[in-house]
Amino acid sequence: MKKIECIIKPFKLDDVKSALTEKGITGMTVSEVRGFGRQKGHTELYRGAEYQIDFIPKVKLELVVPADRVSEVIEVVQKEAATGRIGDGKIFVLDVHESVRIRTGESGPESL
Amino acid sequence: MKRIFPLIAIGLLLGLPTLALAEDAPVSEISYVLNTFSFLVMGILVMWMAAGFGMLESGLVRSKNVATICLKNISLFGIAGILYYLVGYNLMYSGVDGGFMGSFGLWAADDAAALGGDYSGGYAAASDWFFQMVFCGAACSVVSGCVAERIKIWSFLAFCVILTGIIYPIQGSWAWGGGWLSEMGFLDFAGSTLVHSVGGWAALSGAIILGARKGKYGKNGRVNPLPGSNIPLATLGTFILWMGWYGFNGGSVLALGDAASAITMSNVMVNTNMAACGGMIAAMILVQILYKKVDVTMGLNGALAGLVAITAGPDTPSLGAATLIGAVGGVLVVLAVPFFDKLKIDDVVGALSVHLVGGIWGTLAVPFTNSDASFVTQFIGVAAIGAFVLVSTTIVWLALKYTVGIRVSEEEEYAGCDVSEIGLEAYPDFQRVSTGGGSGVAPNLGATAAHRVATDPVNQL
Repeated sequence: MKKIECIIKPFKLDDVKSALTEKGITGMTVSEVRGFGRQKGHTELYRGAEYQIDFIPKVKLELVVPADRVSEVIEVVQKEAATGRIGDGKIFVLDVHESVRIRTGESGPESL
Repeated sequence: MKRIFPLIAIGLLLGLPTLALAEDAPVSEISYVLNTFSFLVMGILVMWMAAGFGMLESGLVRSKNVATICLKNISLFGIAGILYYLVGYNLMYSGVDGGFMGSFGLWAADDAAALGGDYSGGYAAASDWFFQMVFCGAACSVVSGCVAERIKIWSFLAFCVILTGIIYPIQGSWAWGGGWLSEMGFLDFAGSTLVHSVGGWAALSGAIILGARKGKYGKNGRVNPLPGSNIPLATLGTFILWMGWYGFNGGSVLALGDAASAITMSNVMVNTNMAACGGMIAAMILVQILYKKVDVTMGLNGALAGLVAITAGPDTPSLGAATLIGAVGGVLVVLAVPFFDKLKIDDVVGALSVHLVGGIWGTLAVPFTNSDASFVTQFIGVAAIGAFVLVSTTIVWLALKYTVGIRVSEEEEYAGCDVSEIGLEAYPDFQRVSTGGGSGVAPNLGATAAHRVATDPVNQL
């Protein structure tokens, strides 16, 4: 099993999620995060004083899938989340040692 | 027999309007009722300004301090009411006679004459107390926004006791109480100086002695914005204040019992409105020119500055003049906000720029449209009241600072006054991810960097 962590632009979440569920991905977790890579921040203004926003709002999408579906998921996310502009995000793949369904106690790939 | 008098009075008022304008005609019962009515209803509108201040300040402070601001606003209004009964009204109005203060004593209504059919008092005693009391509360409200986010709540409320019980009434007696300033010809129709500047001076001394919020000012003159938590609330607060101001200025005509008063009140309310419009538009245009973007909070401050500016003399200008007076107030606000930041005087909501600067300008502007006023006398009033309030409030702030302390600790300030001082959060349920179904998540997550609940761009520890 592998965990796929995607940092994407917030407005792309809908597209990514629809495409993944169409492919039969049955679960995912989403969180609001902030971050930057090569994308620079921007300047805001409040009552005459400027300030720099370095940490840009992003969405982190996490899903755990069987190892044989990893490349499929990566392809889908990259296709749906890309805009072609700096700040589109990143995808990371991590190993998952165990997975358990709380309700039934199942473990392993059946619990995904 | 008594019933005939009101009927005759109504008949005279309706049929012969010119008779009603005669100032030495005895006050009819209907005039008495209408005057009383005006005080009561206009007073209710001024009381509503407390809600306006509360919402404006709530919107302009950070989430972690909102509950404290709400508590401060409503409790100071309670303090004003009680102190004005115990001390304030009589200190401001009783036996001033061209002097420097009234007398001490509990206030109680005395309507014996009117109950006996003599309406020469003009209005019910309690209606006048009520109308004056809400003004006292308004003056006190000005202070709370300026010193927000780092002041200790009980120290602040102790300060309010002195401000509403002693300082405000004494300076008020000099003008409205019939004291030495009024004998000199100083004119302040509804309180640009007596209410707004007084709050402004008290806020100024407080802000200086309290110090700026941690992280607000950096090295080399850098100003770090600490944006407010809720722009809609700030806007709503401004609208409520604008609405309440119709009572603030309109009620200060102090009569509604004849056609002349009704006409004056109409002119006053219209001029009040025009000044707010002028202030806001002027502020918006200037902000656009200076910063290439319109900051909504500056626009709100501009409208309020216009309202403060016209408050000293809303009865005499034409609509155009009122608009211009307000517009100058709006311009001054836009210049004053960064000016105070340059001096490292941290004013969270712009109270100094709106009420102090706007109040001074409004008072000095009266002679432009009112030949009964003179620039010299207006200046004397501004300076005398300014000096008195600045000195007396400085003494109170320092006394509090070196006894019980007026500022929360650094850790308490970072955690927020809500959890530190009152143990309760304004938005305890605030979720950063919506738990709504389906793809309802995306619109919320697409929100911009305005989400600043638990993070602080400056204090990223």
